[in-house]
Amino acid sequence: MLLALGAPAIVAAVLLWELSLPRLRVLAPKLAAMFTRARERAARDRQVDFDPGRERRAERRARALLRSCVNDEEWSMYRDLGFLRVSGGGAPHGNPAASYAYLIYPHRPIVAYLPQTGALLNEYCVAFPDHSRPYGSTRLPDADDVLAKWMALTADERRLIADANMHLPGRQLDPEQVRDDLARLARWERGRSAWPEDARATPKESARAGTADPVRAGAKGVEGRERVAHARRAASSVPAR
Amino acid sequence: MRLLRLKPGHGEVVLAEGDVEVPAEEAALIEAFRRELDAGMWAAVPTERRDGRREAELVKSFGDVPRDAERVIFFPRAAGGAL
Repeated sequence: MLLALGAPAIVAAVLLWELSLPRLRVLAPKLAAMFTRARERAARDRQVDFDPGRERRAERRARALLRSCVNDEEWSMYRDLGFLRVSGGGAPHGNPAASYAYLIYPHRPIVAYLPQTGALLNEYCVAFPDHSRPYGSTRLPDADDVLAKWMALTADERRLIADANMHLPGRQLDPEQVRDDLARLARWERGRSAWPEDARATPKESARAGTADPVRAGAKGVEGRERVAHARRAASSVPAR
Repeated sequence: MRLLRLKPGHGEVVLAEGDVEVPAEEAALIEAFRRELDAGMWAAVPTERRDGRREAELVKSFGDVPRDAERVIFFPRAAGGAL
């Protein structure tokens, strides 16, 4: 019985081998080339391992460049809150009468919203991938990603929005988180308007001028305590959503 | 004028630097500018209005760059993000 089944099985296997041999001869060099490319890619990736020090230096350079391009208020906003607001439709930045505005987050979608009501309109997913992958990644440093979005939005809003993938709010960003960010922004603006003009400067400038953000720097003395209390009162007068 | 490029893992790099009023230096700037545009980069010139408003201007040729611009920043072109 075993012999009766085994003999045809062996014959079938030999026939299959004979039939597939020409195809294997054609495929073999392609498979070898594929494995070689995979080995080279793996070796290249090993050479450009993630280096936290390099990334930190890159981010420091990117922040310095961003700071030199945007105005003082926008830089302070990014430094303190981690995002930038840009008014839509070419309205002056921070104009409360602007019909709509955008929040720019690093490596997250741009969010359009109505400043008057805080209603979220859309998420615009857009990226600036550098396919040359100089250090194994296509991602720009965070501040460079924000700068690229800021430059593209302020220069040609329509083009950037046309290139982006549009989604309803909540696709990638939690709408509650965005509303919290808008509330933080409102508190921050109230607090900032309450600070003396010289305290609105960046910490380095403030240090040079002998002043600093009263809340962040923990101002001392009667005058400092009054400034802190004043700033906190102004900040707490905007209810968080 | 300085031509800068945003680069992953590095921050900006200086591609070229020169005085546009010096023909040889201007030629070098133009060559670097074209190379980046041919590589698919976008070029932007940060500007400041008289009212203090900061913004950027996208430029498609070296002739569009204001002669007094201090820098031109190249960055990868926008692509739709996560679907």
